[in-house]
Amino acid sequence: MQGTKLEIPLWLAKGLHDSKRRIISVELPKIYKEAWRTVFSADATVVDLHKLGPYYYGFGSQLLNFDNPENPEIAQTLLQTFISRFRHIMDSSQNAYNEDTSVLVARLDELERALFQAGQKGLNDFQCWEKGQASQITASSLVQNYGKRKFPEMDG
Amino acid sequence: MAGERAAGLVRELHRAAGGHLPPFRVEELRQALEEMRALYEQNQADVSEAKAGRTDLIFLIRFRHCCLLRNQRCILAYLYDRLLRIRALRWEYGSVLPNTIQFHMSAEEVRCLRDYGEFEIDDGTTVLLKKNSQHITGPACKAPCTHCKLSAWLRTAVQLCLISYQDAADKQS
Repeated sequence: MQGTKLEIPLWLAKGLHDSKRRIISVELPKIYKEAWRTVFSADATVVDLHKLGPYYYGFGSQLLNFDNPENPEIAQTLLQTFISRFRHIMDSSQNAYNEDTSVLVARLDELERALFQAGQKGLNDFQCWEKGQASQITASSLVQNYGKRKFPEMDG
Repeated sequence: MAGERAAGLVRELHRAAGGHLPPFRVEELRQALEEMRALYEQNQADVSEAKAGRTDLIFLIRFRHCCLLRNQRCILAYLYDRLLRIRALRWEYGSVLPNTIQFHMSAEEVRCLRDYGEFEIDDGTTVLLKKNSQHITGPACKAPCTHCKLSAWLRTAVQLCLISYQDAADKQS
């Protein structure tokens, strides 16, 4: 079985990987290789991270477990990409009030979308407070929205 | 691929947005635990062989161990996430959850909520402790119905898996 090339899930690759025993070696997915890393360093803000694999940062961080000689460069690219895109995410999430944000989040990866949502929540809470609604007792939003999206989830 | 049932449980929960609690998948959970039991027994047998000289089995043993850990992670995530959702629902709805929600809960979950109410958080902590503890804890379920018996079995099975897995994982590292 030596020299066989297989696609396996990350959890299995992590479990089988051993720095001392060399059971498996891991090939980097192309977006973490040098060619794409150059694209990211040129201008990270225009890249569609949702299309390229919606867990770019999370998965990229996990890749660092495999003792690849390119790890320092990969780590650096992940960090710089995040830094250059973060400002835009923060600004847009803090300024989009009561509007359709689908265009703004379309090219964000899942981590960035979670950040965007956090920003939106902060914005909405602030607006609510500014209007004097923060001290009003209202029906629980969990109760109000519960089961509203039930039909797609009822797989049986 | 191993661990698919357990991962499926997590996926269904992940898709259910807005704090929605899907039905408790007793059968799928039972199958995932059954898969763990089978993997564990196969490894037990092969470990003796490997010690007796068959070092070619080490890779296979390691593979099964990975599958077991994955099952364990998925099952724990499933149970823990449900716990968090039930706790949030308890806070928002008060002490009487609507029947539509209770219908989706296992007998275990309903009992915890009813009997332990404000101690549900302690129960949550107990679940976390089981992950790292070396003891079997928790009251035995005394209700006579089949569903309760199954839940009690499930709980014991999960505890046993957790204990032996933590054991094996500790020895490996």
